[in-house]
Amino acid sequence: MASLKALKIRIGSVKSTQKITKAMKMVAAAKLRRAQDAAVAGRPYAERLEAVMASLAGRVGIAPGASPLLAGTGKDQVHLIVIATSERGLAGAFNTNIVRAARRKAEELIAAGKTVKFYVAGKKGRVIKRFFPNDILADHEMGQIKRLAFSDAQEISEDLIKRFGEGQFDVAHLFYAKFVSALVQVPTGIQIIPIPLSAIPGAEAKPGAPAEAVVEYEPDEEAILADLLPRNVAIQIFRALLENAASEQGSRMNAMDNATRNAGDMITRLSIQYNRTRQAAITTELVEIISGAEALK
Amino acid sequence: MLHFELVTPEKLVRSEEVYMVVVPGTEGDFGVLEGHAPFMSTVRDGGVQIFRTQNGTPEVIAIKGGFAEVNAKGLTVLAEHAGE
Repeated sequence: MASLKALKIRIGSVKSTQKITKAMKMVAAAKLRRAQDAAVAGRPYAERLEAVMASLAGRVGIAPGASPLLAGTGKDQVHLIVIATSERGLAGAFNTNIVRAARRKAEELIAAGKTVKFYVAGKKGRVIKRFFPNDILADHEMGQIKRLAFSDAQEISEDLIKRFGEGQFDVAHLFYAKFVSALVQVPTGIQIIPIPLSAIPGAEAKPGAPAEAVVEYEPDEEAILADLLPRNVAIQIFRALLENAASEQGSRMNAMDNATRNAGDMITRLSIQYNRTRQAAITTELVEIISGAEALK
Repeated sequence: MLHFELVTPEKLVRSEEVYMVVVPGTEGDFGVLEGHAPFMSTVRDGGVQIFRTQNGTPEVIAIKGGFAEVNAKGLTVLAEHAGE
């Protein structure tokens, strides 16, 4: 059995661990609220852009000569998997789940004979290097970002579109954790390049169909669409990053809540053990004194 | 009155009833009053002028990377950045 002193030290250390996890939980809860607000604030823009894209894409359709961002490169060989994770750990299974979902998709694609490359956004996604050491296309640094801004998503999107233009890949998927609630985050993969029309509600081509209202376009429909496509990629990424940020905090809050509770249980257990040991020591001492006194009689 | 909305990816910057808005379109500035015909245009970087009343001085908001849509509900300007 451990000595009294050792037990006491142990209890002290678990208590200070509990203080830390409790503080981390509070911080995560506060950050979660901010992240959720940011995600909600981003919704109107995404909705309106989507509505406009839907009406335009439905009208223009995928004609020959349409932007490759919409029509694709005509090939389906090289797939790029963008993994968006957090910069910090201690968020439960958050990062692991995203990486696992991405890995599964990669293995599926490889089994189907495709080439897979990776684009890592967020420090914790780098573990993918362990599985696919030679297929990392780029590692996007996000450590310096304090508050996620649209320009951060734009940077990634511009980089991706540039690489797409250079023919480095044909299809890009983005993996992130979709925020369902503070308790539930679902690792999700979406296709971002080429923009899947099916993902835009109401855009399933009715090319040449007359518009509901006669809308004037300036310049013309194609030019506007071409202008909007890269923006759509950026907004998809921005949205995913916002959701990811909220999911990260939700996941961390949970993990830290569990850790705090576990520490509490451990303290109770150790305290009981401490008290018992102390009691045993007192009893032993008493027995010694009494038997010593008895012997002197 | 014209219903005017200015939206960026980060937030809804403006949503209000105004008299007229002058938008810097790619092919020239255009003013939008109530009851404007449906219209869609890309926007160059510049200032959106918001006239609250007919003869008032406009409020100018600088926007970057944008796009404007006029429909029955009013005018919506989507911009990547909007600073005042």
